[in-house]
Amino acid sequence: MSVLVNKDTRLVVQGITGSAGSFHTSQCIEYGTNVVAGVTPGKGGQKFQDSVPVFDTVQDAVDKEGANVAAIYVPPPFAADSILEAIDSEIPLVIAITEGIPVKDMAEVKARLATSNTRLIGPNCPGIITPGECKIGIMPGYIHKPGKVGIVSRSGTLTYEAVWQITSAGHGQSTCIGIGGDPINGTSHLDAVKLFHEDPDTEAIILIGEIGGTAEEEAAEFIKDNVDKPCAAFIAGRTAPPGRRMGHAGAIVSGGKGTAEAKVEAMLDAGISVAETPSHIADALFKVWNP
Amino acid sequence: MNIHEYQAKQLFADAGVAVPFGTVAQNEQEFDQALSALPDGKPIVVKAQIHAGGRGKGTFKDGYQGGVHVVSDATVAKEKAKAMLGNVLVTKQTGEEGKEVSTVYFNEATDIEKEYYLAVLMDRATSQPVIIASTEGGVDIEEVAESAPEKILKVLIDPALGIRSYQARQIAFGLELSGDSFKQCVKLVTKLYNFFWSKDCSQVEVNPLVTTPAGDVLALDAKVNFDANALFRHPDVVELRDLTEEDPKEVEASKFDLNYIALDGNVACMVNGAGLAMATMDIIKHYGGSPANFLDVGGGANEEQVENAFRILVSDDTVKAILVNIFGGIMKCDVIATGIVNAARKLDMKVPLVVRLEGTNVAEGKQILADSGLALEPADSLAEAAEKIVKLAAEA
Repeated sequence: MSVLVNKDTRLVVQGITGSAGSFHTSQCIEYGTNVVAGVTPGKGGQKFQDSVPVFDTVQDAVDKEGANVAAIYVPPPFAADSILEAIDSEIPLVIAITEGIPVKDMAEVKARLATSNTRLIGPNCPGIITPGECKIGIMPGYIHKPGKVGIVSRSGTLTYEAVWQITSAGHGQSTCIGIGGDPINGTSHLDAVKLFHEDPDTEAIILIGEIGGTAEEEAAEFIKDNVDKPCAAFIAGRTAPPGRRMGHAGAIVSGGKGTAEAKVEAMLDAGISVAETPSHIADALFKVWNP
Repeated sequence: MNIHEYQAKQLFADAGVAVPFGTVAQNEQEFDQALSALPDGKPIVVKAQIHAGGRGKGTFKDGYQGGVHVVSDATVAKEKAKAMLGNVLVTKQTGEEGKEVSTVYFNEATDIEKEYYLAVLMDRATSQPVIIASTEGGVDIEEVAESAPEKILKVLIDPALGIRSYQARQIAFGLELSGDSFKQCVKLVTKLYNFFWSKDCSQVEVNPLVTTPAGDVLALDAKVNFDANALFRHPDVVELRDLTEEDPKEVEASKFDLNYIALDGNVACMVNGAGLAMATMDIIKHYGGSPANFLDVGGGANEEQVENAFRILVSDDTVKAILVNIFGGIMKCDVIATGIVNAARKLDMKVPLVVRLEGTNVAEGKQILADSGLALEPADSLAEAAEKIVKLAAEA
């Protein structure tokens, strides 16, 4: 009942001994995520919370603990290096939580990803959760509930808003994927929609987008041509002034491109139910989905 | 991060990108020295330095026309510079408040054969740097892209390989250059790309790039933006930051790691998370109000940040009401509620406040607000909060 992560996920956390890494890893373990290893160069041989082995390299975590997903909490100057290390260790799924990675570093990572079998989620994202099975990232676990709605979003708290609306209405989520707010990221809206489209246990899809780039339009086009599952969307930034970065490095309208209006229009054209306000995301979905 | 044209040209010169010779002055005492460095008897370009385009067609607050002048000698150059310094220049990019000129830039005038356009930026769609060039220079490139897209040449650069010779030649051939101009253009494009890449720029724009009757190729203007995420490895670039060019409230907010952008409405908002902060602005507008700002306090804001955020919000006289919208995940609602109550008491806030809390420890948070005795309105949903704040702002 999910995509990408589930109860069989074997997670290695890069940067597990740092303040963000250790705090969020504890929360994920508490939620039930199967954390099999941590990596902090120079701290190999230690144990995290007396139970999770810490290694010097990602390759060690793969060889000794069979890690198959990596989460990255490494500070921005070193985060791209950590992603590249995970790719070279042939980890199939890497989730980069770190905010503030230089765009140039991500351009280099993206070029390397193209010739690998690794999928990257993020960076600058809340992570991914399959409710009841596996939480990787910084989202509050308790607002989620196992269910049938797949959610993909560029924003953290705005996703929680949508998740909470669905949960409060008595329904749940198959998987929620936070793809992050950076201009260059791994998994796109389109990639996530394709995964939900193919997942038999995802019945309905919510897309949360924002100004900047054209990733939302590409997902809408795919939905128009291929997806029969009910879809709803919300686009943030209708009131954002052009030329200013709205918090997320990728959230900028430049040269008349990446406007909220163009994205909403593409969504409507694809038959997607678009929420007028962030308070009505679940309502927009229930207009087209009768669970 | 933006820098001034004169700073950008200095960086170009250091990187081997050909630019006209120029000097700067920040007060009248510096005029003579700055002008004496320029060649005698040649025309001089006097340029007002502000972080905005459209300077040539701009108007100063006292009615003086134009932030760029070509003059025949140093005496006239001094007059023009005197009129600009300390004066406020309004262009189509500054907004009506304009920007004060604190530096003037004197350039040796260049004889122009033809104007071109050249830029390097990061292409989101391909996640690669792209060089953009056009034979239509000195005009608004977005208009060229609209009206004559075939005149825009794009060359993508593989970030791992960097710029290759054939790619620089592609640009020079595309600009229909030949002879020495061709060679100079290849060199300039290569150096410009290497500058873009080594300094972590998000955009480098040369409009116009020019050829002279003698066949030289020069960057006549320079606009450079840097990736804020990469400033940690460029301390030399950080030194070029001009805080007087930025909104004082935004500068103040950045000291406390608050992400604040001033807007022109009267309903202030304080939100955690950039996406939710944008969405909160949108919902204020949806219910008929007008947002005064974007403010993301981040995922792990503490009491001190909340207090500073309020202080910055209430320092804006146009703010008639404040909406707080927090979806507590990592950030616990009771901690936020305590921060709000303390800040409201300490700052003696007079404007109406609507607080919407959801998420971790929400019941405790709401209780703290209710017990505070402060005149603040709670709201359960974001829609309810937005409706209330818009009504309160209209009544205030």
